[in-house]
Amino acid sequence: MSEKVLMKGNEAIAEAAIRAGCRHYFGYPITPQTELAAYMAKRMPKIGGCFLQAESEIAAINMVYGVSSTGKRVMTSSSSPGVSLKQEGISYIAGADLPALIVNVQRGGPGLGGIQPSQSDYFQATKGGGHGDYHLIVLAPASVQEMADLTAKCFELADKYRMPSMLLADGTMGQMMEPVLLPEESDVTVEKPWALTGTKMQREHNIVNSLYLKPEELEKTNFDRYERYKQVEENEVMYEEFMMDDAEVCVVAFGIAARVSKNAVVEARKQGIKAGLLRPITLWPFPTQAVKKAAEHCKAFVSVELSMGQMIEDIKLASDCQRPVVLCNRAGGMIPSPEQVLESVKNVAGGKA
Amino acid sequence: MTSRILIAGFGGQGILFAGKVLAYKGLVEGKQLSWLPSYGPEMRGGTANCNVIISDEPVGSPIVDTPDVLIVMNLPSLDKYEKAAEKGAKIFVDSTLISRKVEREDVDVYYIPATKMAQDAGIPTLANMIMLGKVIKETGVVSYEGMEDALKKVVSARKANLIDVNLKAIKAGYDFK
Amino acid sequence: MVVFEKPHALCDVPLHYCPGCTHGIVHRLVAEAIDELGIEGTAIGVAPVGCAVMAYDYFNCDMVEAAHGRAPAVATGIKRALPENIVFTYQGDGDLASIGMAETVHAATRNENITIIFINNAIYGMTGGQMAPTSLPGQVTQTSPYGRDVTTAGFPIKVSELLAALDGPSYIQRVAVNNVKNVKQAKKAIKKAFENQVQGKGFSLIEVVSSCPTNWGMTPQQALDWVEEKMIPYYPLGVYKDKTSEEGEK
Repeated sequence: MSEKVLMKGNEAIAEAAIRAGCRHYFGYPITPQTELAAYMAKRMPKIGGCFLQAESEIAAINMVYGVSSTGKRVMTSSSSPGVSLKQEGISYIAGADLPALIVNVQRGGPGLGGIQPSQSDYFQATKGGGHGDYHLIVLAPASVQEMADLTAKCFELADKYRMPSMLLADGTMGQMMEPVLLPEESDVTVEKPWALTGTKMQREHNIVNSLYLKPEELEKTNFDRYERYKQVEENEVMYEEFMMDDAEVCVVAFGIAARVSKNAVVEARKQGIKAGLLRPITLWPFPTQAVKKAAEHCKAFVSVELSMGQMIEDIKLASDCQRPVVLCNRAGGMIPSPEQVLESVKNVAGGKA
Repeated sequence: MTSRILIAGFGGQGILFAGKVLAYKGLVEGKQLSWLPSYGPEMRGGTANCNVIISDEPVGSPIVDTPDVLIVMNLPSLDKYEKAAEKGAKIFVDSTLISRKVEREDVDVYYIPATKMAQDAGIPTLANMIMLGKVIKETGVVSYEGMEDALKKVVSARKANLIDVNLKAIKAGYDFK
Repeated sequence: MVVFEKPHALCDVPLHYCPGCTHGIVHRLVAEAIDELGIEGTAIGVAPVGCAVMAYDYFNCDMVEAAHGRAPAVATGIKRALPENIVFTYQGDGDLASIGMAETVHAATRNENITIIFINNAIYGMTGGQMAPTSLPGQVTQTSPYGRDVTTAGFPIKVSELLAALDGPSYIQRVAVNNVKNVKQAKKAIKKAFENQVQGKGFSLIEVVSSCPTNWGMTPQQALDWVEEKMIPYYPLGVYKDKTSEEGEK
C-alpha cells in the first residue's frame, strides 16, 4: 500500500514520468524547473535509463525526436525561454506524428523575462507554438498531485493519438510541495509499428519524416492529422467545476490561478454572491462545451490569468461572446490575490462588466 | 482550522528547512498542507521566505499573503511582513537579530533570542528550530509529540545523527518562557 | 556472372542528384559498407536538410528526417534508445558546420557511438548556391558575389581539424571522391567509421571533399579538377584523429 509523500511539483513530474515508463530524459538547465532535471540525473542511471544534459534546448528536443522515433517514451522539460527554443523540434515532432512529452514550468516573459511564475505561454502552448498547422495536447496541473497524475496522462494521450503533449505548469506548481500519492508503475505497452527499430531484413524500411514536397500529399497529412485532433476534442476534454450548479458569475482559471480563484469563490459565496469556478484541465482541447453550458446560466465570466489575457480569447470564442468576459490578471511573475479576484467577481455580479 | 504560516529571514538560516519540518509534521498528522518557497538568486545570501499552509480542509491558494503565523529571523523580513500579518496574528521574532519591537498592537508577539540561545547551546545553526519549538507551543499548528517522525522524513539518512540535536533545539524553543 | 550490381542497402529508385554530383558516389560507398558489414537490418540513418534531404528514400534501412543541423542530436537520441543498432547521419556543410555546429561538436565531445558522413562541397546546394561555412576564400557564390571576403565573412571552417582538437571523438578522417584512388580511400574510411561503431569504439566522422558542378557553375570534369586544385590544398586529406589504433593520433 503506497502512502502520500511530500514532494516538490518538479520532482513529482519526474517520478511520475519514470513510473509511466519514461527512461529517456534530455534537458538544459533553466529556473524554475531545475529540480526535474536534477531528479532525473539522480534516478535514471540507477534504473538503466538515460539522462543527458544537452548542449542546448534545441539539441534536447531533437534528442527527444530521435528517441520518440524509436517508439520509446521520452520527455524534455524547460521553462518559457527554453520552450521557445524547442519550438522547431516540437513542430517536427508534430509533423512526423510522434508522441513525446514536453514540460513547461512557465516563468514571466517576454524575452529573458523573470523567473517567477507566469501563464503567459498559453498561446504558444495551445495554438501550436512553432510553424505549421498543429496542436499539442496541453494539460494544466493545479496541484502537486496533478503534476504527477497529468504527467502519466500526457504520456498516455501522446501515445494514443501519436502527437506531442505538453504539461503546462508554472513556477509555483514546480516549486511547491504538497502531499502526493504517486501513480503505480505503468506496464502499458503500446504497439508502434511505425517505430524505427532496424528492419532486421524482415520488413520494408520505416521512415519518420515531416517532408512532403508534393503539396497534395502534405495537404492530406494535414487533413488526416486534424481528423485525429477532432477525436481528441471529442474524447479527451477535462475540466473541474466548483460551485457551478447555480453560479451567476463564472470564474475561469487554470493552474495556480485556479487555486487563488477557488479561495475567492468561497469568499464570494460567504458574501452571498453566486460565484463558481470552471477550471480547464485540458487547455487544448479547451472545454468549449462547459463554457457554453455556463453561458446559459451565468451572466458574466471572469478570466483569471497570470498573463495579459490569453485564455480569455478562448472563453469568448467558446461562449460566442454571449456574455461579457472580463480579465482579472497579473503579469511578469506576479500572482493575483484572492481579494483581487473577489473584487472582479463583485464588479461583474454588480453589473459592472 | 487553517494556519497560514510565513517564515522569513536570510538565506542560510534554515528558513525553508523550518517550513519543511512543519509540513512533514502536518503530513504525519494526516493534515492537508502546502509548502511554497521563494526561489531564485535571492536564495544565495539574500532574503528567503517560505509559505506553509496546514489545514483540515483542502488547501486553496498555497500563497500566504496575510499570515496568521509570522516567523521573522531578520529585520528586513519584519519590516516587509509586519503590515501583511492578519489581525490577531501571532508574530515570532528572533530578538537576537532584530532589535526593534513590533509596532502593531492588534497582534500577539513573541520575542525569542533564538540565535543567542543556539550559540550558547553550541548549536549555532539551529536558531530556526528553536523558533519552531516556540511556534508549536504557542499556536498548536502541529503537535509537539512525535516531532521525531517528521524530522526523520526531512533529514536525509546520511545526516540522521543530526535528528537528536534538532529535537533538542525544538525542545529549547518549546520550553522557552 | 554479376559484374556490377546495386548494393542492397540502396533502394532501387532514381536519385534526384544533379549530373556529376558526387553525392551518388558517397551514397553508394555508404551502402556498400552497410552491405559488407551486414548491418542493414540494424542500421538507422538520419537524413539532413540540404541536398541529401531525401536520403531517407534512398537507403533501405530505417530512416528518419531531421531538422536542419540537428542530425547528431537526433542520432544521439536514437543511439541512447537503441544502443545495439547502428546509427549514422549523412550531412552537408551548411547542416553540419553552420546551423548544426553545436550539435556536431557536442556529439563528438561526448564520443557518441555514432557514424557521421559529412559532405563538404563548399556551397549550399539545395537552396541554389549560397556561401557555406566551408566556401573557400574568394569563392564566388550567390551570397558572396564578389568572392568570399574573409574580412567580413570570416574564414572557412576546417571541420576535421577542429573536431580532432577535442579529446572526445574516436576517429576523424578527411577523404575525397574526385578520382578512383580517392574513392577507394574514401570507401575504406567510411567502412572503418561503421566498423568502429559496431565495435563500440565511439564517434567517427568522415569528411568527404565533394563537388557541386551545378552551383559551382562548372562541368563535372571541371568540378573534379577544382576539387583537386583548390579544395584539397585547403582541406588536406588524411586521418586527423584515431583513438582506435595503437599508433595513436596524427
